Parts: sequence; C-alpha cells; structure tokens
Amino acid sequence: MEINSGDTAWVLASSALVLFMTPGLAFFYGGMVRAKNVLGMLMQNFFAMGIVTVLWVLVGYTLAFGRFGDAGWLGNLDFVGLKDLTGAVDANGLPVLAFVAFQMTFAIITPALITGAVADRMRFAAWAGFIALWSILVYAPVAHWVFGGGWLADRGALDFAGGTVVHINAGAAAMALILLLGKRRGWPRDAMPPHSLPFTLLGTGILWFGWFGFNAGSALAANAVAAQAFMNTFVAAAAAMLGWLVVERIKTGHATTLGAASGAVAGLVAITPCAGFVGGLAPVAIGAIAGAVCYLAISLKFRFGYDDSLDVVAVHLVGGIVGSVLLGLFADAAVNEAGADGVFFGGGWGLFGEQVLAVAVVMGFSFVVSGIIGVVLKTGLPGGIRVSEEDEEVGLDLTQHAETGYALERV
Amino acid sequence: MKLIVGIIKPFKVDDVKDAVKDLGVHGLTVSDVQGFGRQRGHTEVYRGAEYTIDFVPKVRVEILVDDGDVDRVAQKLVETARTGKIGDGKVWVVPVENAWRIRTGESGSDAL
Repeated sequence: MEINSGDTAWVLASSALVLFMTPGLAFFYGGMVRAKNVLGMLMQNFFAMGIVTVLWVLVGYTLAFGRFGDAGWLGNLDFVGLKDLTGAVDANGLPVLAFVAFQMTFAIITPALITGAVADRMRFAAWAGFIALWSILVYAPVAHWVFGGGWLADRGALDFAGGTVVHINAGAAAMALILLLGKRRGWPRDAMPPHSLPFTLLGTGILWFGWFGFNAGSALAANAVAAQAFMNTFVAAAAAMLGWLVVERIKTGHATTLGAASGAVAGLVAITPCAGFVGGLAPVAIGAIAGAVCYLAISLKFRFGYDDSLDVVAVHLVGGIVGSVLLGLFADAAVNEAGADGVFFGGGWGLFGEQVLAVAVVMGFSFVVSGIIGVVLKTGLPGGIRVSEEDEEVGLDLTQHAETGYALERV
Repeated sequence: MKLIVGIIKPFKVDDVKDAVKDLGVHGLTVSDVQGFGRQRGHTEVYRGAEYTIDFVPKVRVEILVDDGDVDRVAQKLVETARTGKIGDGKVWVVPVENAWRIRTGESGSDAL
C-alpha cells in the first residue's frame, strides 16, 4: 500500500497537537488549585506523559487495537512492544505508527483528566500506581470496545473522538476516586480559591488549540470530514462559553473568567463524540446546551457533599454524556457516510438507544473497575492513597516533591 | 513623644504622605496589613461557589512626633484619609518613652 502523504502529515501533526493538550490541562487545573499544590498538579499531569507512553508501547496499544474490528471485548498481544509495526501501512495508506502515536496521546490525556478530581490530597505514589493500572485495566478495554472496532462500535454506537472513551471514562473514574479519597480538609467551609486564573485561561487556550488535533485528527485523514470536525469543534466551544456565561450572569450577577474558560472546555468535551458526525448549526445547539447544563451540574457536589475539587464530574462526565446522547438526535449521515442518522434526520430512535447504552456501559465499567483499583491501592499501598493531614496542610509541592512552586520571597 | 498609628485605605497612602510632609513631619513608616472592622470583607464567586473574604487589605501608617505636634498631625491624617464611606479606617495615638537615631546616637526630640 502506498503511503498517503497528506493524511499522514495531518495525523502526525494532530498527534503533536493532542500531546500539547496535557500540559495545557496541567495549567488549566494548576491555576485552579492553591499555590502550595501547583507543582503537585502539574506533576500528576506531566507524569502521565511519561508512564502512559511507556505502557502504551509495551502493552496498551496491542490491548486496545489488537484484533481490530473483532466486535469483541479486548485486543490481543500481537503487537506487544509494537512488534512488527515498523514500516507497516494500513489499508488507507497511513503508516500504522502514526496511528499508534495519535492514539497514544489520547491514552495520555484521558487519565490526566482525573487529576482535577483528586486535587490537593492524593499521594503521588498512589497516583503513579493508579494511572499505570488504570491505563491497562480500564482505558485499553474501553478504547477497544469503541475505537478498536469492539462490541460497542459493532452495535452501532458512535463516538467520533472520545465522548465515551475519554470523557465519560475519565469522569466516572474521577467519581470513584472522589468517594474513596474523601473531601479536602475544610471543604466546603473554607475558601479554596484558584491561585492563578491567568494560568487557567492560558491552559484553556492550549486545550482549545490542541482539541483541533483531537477532533479533526480523528478523521485520520486530511479530508472533508476533518474540516467539518474542525469547524464543529471551533463553534461548539464558542457557543458553550456563551451558554455558561449567560447562566452564570443570571445566577450570580457576574460573567467570570473562570466561567468563560470552563464553558469553552465543556463545549469541547460535548462536541468530541459528535465532531465528525454532525453539521449545520448542530454544534451551536450542542455547545450552548453543554455550557448551560455543565454549569448547573456543578451545584450537584454541594447538594450531595462530594468534593469534586475542580469539577471533573460536572464538566467531563456530564459534558461527555450530553454530547454522546445529543449525537443520537443530531447525527447526520450526509456529513459522514461512516456515521448514521439521528432522530432529527429521520434515523429514528435506534442510534439514540445505542448512544444511551454506550454511555451507561462505559460509565458503569469505569466507575466499578476504577473503584476496585482505588480500593486495592488504598488497602495495599503502605501509606494509602491520601496524604496525611499535616502534609495536606503544608501542601503537595513540598511534601510530595520537595519543591516550591513560587520561591519569590527568596530571590 | 507619641506614635500616631493609622489604618487607612491603600489608595490614600500618597495623599497622607504629602499632607503630613507639608506639616514638617520628617519620616513615616508604612506596611501592608489585613483586617476587618465594620466594613467586613467581600465575596468572590468561583464556578457559582461563593467565598467570603473576611480580611480587607489596608495600609498601616506609623508616625513618630513630638507631644506638641500630635493633634495637628493626627487631625491632618484623619482629614486626608477620609472618603466618608465605610472602611476609611482608624487613627490612634500611643505614648513613646524614648527614641534614638541610630547613625548619630541622638535621643529624644533630637532623634525625630
């Protein structure tokens, strides 16, 4: 098979774009924590780029994408250590290693999303163990079900770039860890305001930029579907920012910078499953709905008393559900022949049902298996998964990494 | 000898400095402080969660003066720092037993 250089160039560029999202996420979250925990947050994210990359090469890729298209539950070990992939080209003229690299960046950022939920209180050693186990036991199987031509994809569930695999998967895992870790000391009584919203906005910009690779790159080709996904991504983020700000302004009296950042990310999350399957004004509707719904979802943690520190559940789990379910309404086969028609395009409720099933299955699987990994680490790891009360008070930077984020008084 | 202490709004610092300089005061000390009085704090909202910030930033002004200058300088400080709105701050006077200028060793009024 001859290599298609245009498609290959776009997938390679997209891989770099998606990798850049993880440092972007680190700063998005890093700005929101208190100054004493900024390095702890950055490190949990950067560490993901180290551990997941190595695991992906060793076993992650082959567990997710071995036995591609088998309608099954898990890959195999044919490509352990990327065996036999040097020089391989797939049926579309894409070097397989470009696909491996692209998917690797998804495997990195997905567990990194969870860091926002465990902020300020998880031991670094526990995080290191969790992310290693989670990548293999949760991410790889779910990626196989949906991206690897596994049983959910075979049933007809659609997920263009990872509404279920990435966002619902990470959001459900976040919920499991939130319950196992417990609340931060003093939450919600004490104020824990973001220490640097400029960092958060910078991170949002990087995420938005990188998301073009995430969604438009998921076309795996430089073609019309990629352009549609690019445009949908752009528009949904913008509409969601507006949706969030309108609701926020009505409810609290101010349009905030954190609201603008959060809204844009909520829109990017919701459009992810839909990006290459919808057209027209659908991204405006999907974005605006996601912005408003995710804003309202944030109040749930106060009502039910769980400390979802940086709102991973409200933005990624809820945003992922909104996008995946709305795809059952807005999907339009005229946009992408590999897609399907949703309710609004005469496709009936079949796709909608598959979307709801995929959401429920991924959410349930991730919550349960993440919870089991968490319990094993909590009971088996010397020191458990949570820092001591004293260390929590001092902060993660000093106690986990023997460093200080801001040594301004010493210059 | 007396120490005049003022807790004032930060944006009034320059006005106060100029006003007391005109009265012949040779030096003063300022520091950033936080606290609350009748003004209380303010609220900040992050993703819909309201936080009350109890302590308001203020500037503490300290001026060392001769007994005879106390009322004049303190009055000037009060007048200059006033905006008429809540949170203008307070001024009080405390007695000082003695003072030295470190460079020369002079003490008492000569040290001012």
